[in-house]
Amino acid sequence: MIKIKIIVCIKQVPGTTEIKINPETNTLIREGIETVINAFDTYAIEEGVRLKERLLSNPETKEEVEVIAITMGPHQSESILREAISLGVDRAVLLSDRAFAGADTWATALTLQNAIKKFDDWRLVILGKQTLDGDTGQVGPELAQMFNIPFVGYASNILEINRTRMIVKRLMDDRYETFEIKLPAAISVGKEINIPRVPSLRGKLKAKNEQIPVWNKGELGLEDEKIGLSGSYTQVVKIFIPKTIHEVKMITGGPDEQAEELYGKLKELSIL
Amino acid sequence: MEIKVDESTCTGCSLCKNVCMYDAIDIVGKKAAINENCVFCGACIDICKFKSIEITGLSQGYKDFSQYKGVMVFIEQQPGSIADVSYELLSEGKKLADALGTELTGILLGYNLSQSYPEIFKYGTDRLYVIDNEIFENNLDDIYAKALVQVIHRFKPDIFLAGATGFGRTLIPKVAAIIKTGLTADCTSLAIDPEKKILLQTRPTFGGNVLATIITRNARPQMATVRPHVMEKKQIDVKPGEGGSNGKPDVDIAKHAESISLGGPDSNICKSGEDYNGRVEYIELDISNFKTKYKLIATEKETGQSINLTDYDVIVSGGRGIGGPENFGLLKELADALGGVVGASRAAVDSNWISYPHQVGQTGKTVNPKAYIACGISGAIQHLAGMQTSDIIIAINKDPDAPIFKVANYGIVGDLFEIIPKLIKRIKYGNNLIQN
Ligand SMILES: Cc1cc2nc3c(=O)[nH]c(=O)nc-3n(C[C@H](O)[C@H](O)[C@H](O)COP(=O)(O)OP(=O)(O)OC[C@H]3O[C@@H](n4cnc5c(N)ncnc54)[C@H](O)[C@@H]3O)c2cc1C
Ligand SMILES: Cc1cc2nc3c(=O)[nH]c(=O)nc-3n(C[C@H](O)[C@H](O)[C@H](O)COP(=O)(O)OP(=O)(O)OC[C@H]3O[C@@H](n4cnc5c(N)ncnc54)[C@H](O)[C@@H]3O)c2cc1C
Ligand code: SF4
Ligand code: SF4
Repeated sequence: MIKIKIIVCIKQVPGTTEIKINPETNTLIREGIETVINAFDTYAIEEGVRLKERLLSNPETKEEVEVIAITMGPHQSESILREAISLGVDRAVLLSDRAFAGADTWATALTLQNAIKKFDDWRLVILGKQTLDGDTGQVGPELAQMFNIPFVGYASNILEINRTRMIVKRLMDDRYETFEIKLPAAISVGKEINIPRVPSLRGKLKAKNEQIPVWNKGELGLEDEKIGLSGSYTQVVKIFIPKTIHEVKMITGGPDEQAEELYGKLKELSIL
Repeated sequence: MEIKVDESTCTGCSLCKNVCMYDAIDIVGKKAAINENCVFCGACIDICKFKSIEITGLSQGYKDFSQYKGVMVFIEQQPGSIADVSYELLSEGKKLADALGTELTGILLGYNLSQSYPEIFKYGTDRLYVIDNEIFENNLDDIYAKALVQVIHRFKPDIFLAGATGFGRTLIPKVAAIIKTGLTADCTSLAIDPEKKILLQTRPTFGGNVLATIITRNARPQMATVRPHVMEKKQIDVKPGEGGSNGKPDVDIAKHAESISLGGPDSNICKSGEDYNGRVEYIELDISNFKTKYKLIATEKETGQSINLTDYDVIVSGGRGIGGPENFGLLKELADALGGVVGASRAAVDSNWISYPHQVGQTGKTVNPKAYIACGISGAIQHLAGMQTSDIIIAINKDPDAPIFKVANYGIVGDLFEIIPKLIKRIKYGNNLIQN
């Protein structure tokens, strides 16, 4: 039987959100420039690898699985794909083209969809629940809608899975919901689903030597007006730092005075 | 499409390089040069004092959207009640509708809904569309998406708003994907551009450190999800004779409840009708092809106390300084006394002192209560990302240099184990702590 494929979508994000303000120009200064795998995507990678191990070791299924990581980004995001391989992903594809730049979630989802279509017998797409930079959490549901497949966001536990269906539990605001869905499907995950492993030595070696193919817009059969900023319905028109005219009032004295004054403040602010 | 630096005006001051989060600008020979890492976020364009950076080749062919009118709010209904964010959105939607001189409408989907109408009309809603049917009972997002798409195609709102709740953030992207329009996530401020009459959608990104303003180009409606507890909920006086006084319905609701629960042979057609002086309109929808892809097997409340932190006006959070799981009882006592809930830093959650749904921060919940009381939390940037938009922040920490004091409105340097028990006593027994 043909190997099932699990696609893990990962994104490269700035390594820090620490931003300082230059007091003279009142502009932001970013600190450190290194880029990393979006934190939630490491859980997506881990879950993909765990599902592979699980399906293979299950005597009923003995299903062979290939886990494939993809990212859309500049050439330098190849490094996060190598990292994914070191963490157990079988292979990776980089979607890179100057014309992809500036994509909003719609254009991103469309580009990912066209890449995923090129794999045969993919059964599951795993995404992070949101990213550090764009932070919309929209790519997963938009992608699933484009494929017209079920999407379970915030998945916290995959209770059962085989080639054709899965039972998955998710954490919505104040409750857990358990769904049975048919595959192919897409899920998004956060830190409640697993604890990512550290790279193995073998993984690191494989990561170093792996050839990572790059697919551009031509290979995905996408026209300019569908991708990147041109293909986007939203556009960032301004980025600025929130006003932080902020002063802390310290409540001093001994513990009795402090507690008493805090009590007074709570009253004054009608919190009490 | 291209991003270009005008070398004749660029002074090489490197402001743009500093602001770029993507390492996409190099200063070469005293001129800025933009490399392929650029994501067209626009930050550098804004910052350059010499207007040297420009994005070109973006088709500005504005389409004719004149048939799209009005502001529509998705009224999210959770079993038994309307999500508070819906009222906040109606209040905000009213402002936007006034700025545009258009109507504010609400769309409510669910099952057996009529008891919720009076409240909805207190916030300036001109018209409420209702689809009342069993199929909406379980809040399955694919069914909701199909229905909302039909509603949007039919009424063509210019602006469509929904709450950035767990449900909204999975449902609305699906709707946007089907309609083929833009969606701005988790906004904290909305405004109408006075000249272009378009919606300016502002939202925090990069862990709350930066605000981005986003527009929807080339498609309608302009769709946004809005963070709960940010917009002000504001009732508007209902004019007499306009849809009932004091929010009381003019028409007997029971009568309508009857007409919509009609089952029978064509039960997959929702019944239509009107009431509230014609301000409630039941929409007829062909739902025969509404099949869900989900089989809901179980729903369970998170055990213990309810854990939706964003439902509370007061959050008392504990971090590593709490010392152990048993001490969270102290915070719970304070939270109870204040009618609030207990939150936590990741350090506390990772130590298994309290469960993950309590975690506040970049990898936990983003909250903005009226008061956030941080106890024994240092204030790491990832924690601040989840709580710095709270109205009032109170920090108790024994380290005077803890970064939490940088965002706090009130700070107490001291031992939380001394201060909190005293505060609880003060609240409970009412004796002034400072005798003499
Ligand atoms: C400041 C700022 C604000 C923005 N606001 C919006 C907005 O409101 N609406 C909008 O439509 N766009 C917005 N964008 C654009 C958006 O960031 C990009 O579309 C981005 O490519 C994907 O969106 P996201 O980062 O929000 O991903 P999310 O939807 O949060 O990501 C969820 C998951 O999708 C997968 N994924 C996301 N991007 C990729 C990728 N490039 N390659 C592979 N997998 C991926 C990952 O698994 C990720 O964990 C904004 C961009 C910036 C810089
Ligand atoms: C990718 C990533 C994502 C993350 N996401 C999150 C997130 O979502 N949420 C989050 O919270 N963190 C997150 N973190 C972790 C974050 O960086 C910090 O490690 C964490 O917030 C620290 O928690 P803390 O303040 O409780 O502990 P500490 O930093 O150890 O602070 C404990 C504080 O308690 C004070 N203290 C000790 N005893 C007392 C006492 N008796 N009375 C008063 N004060 C006392 C100390 O002075 C100290 O300031 C993330 C980190 C990473 C890398
Ligand atoms: S901010 Fe403007 S002037 Fe300064 S280096 Fe950048 S492009 Fe040149
Ligand atoms: S548009 Fe954004 S990513 Fe591109 S160079 Fe300017 S600041 Fe950097």
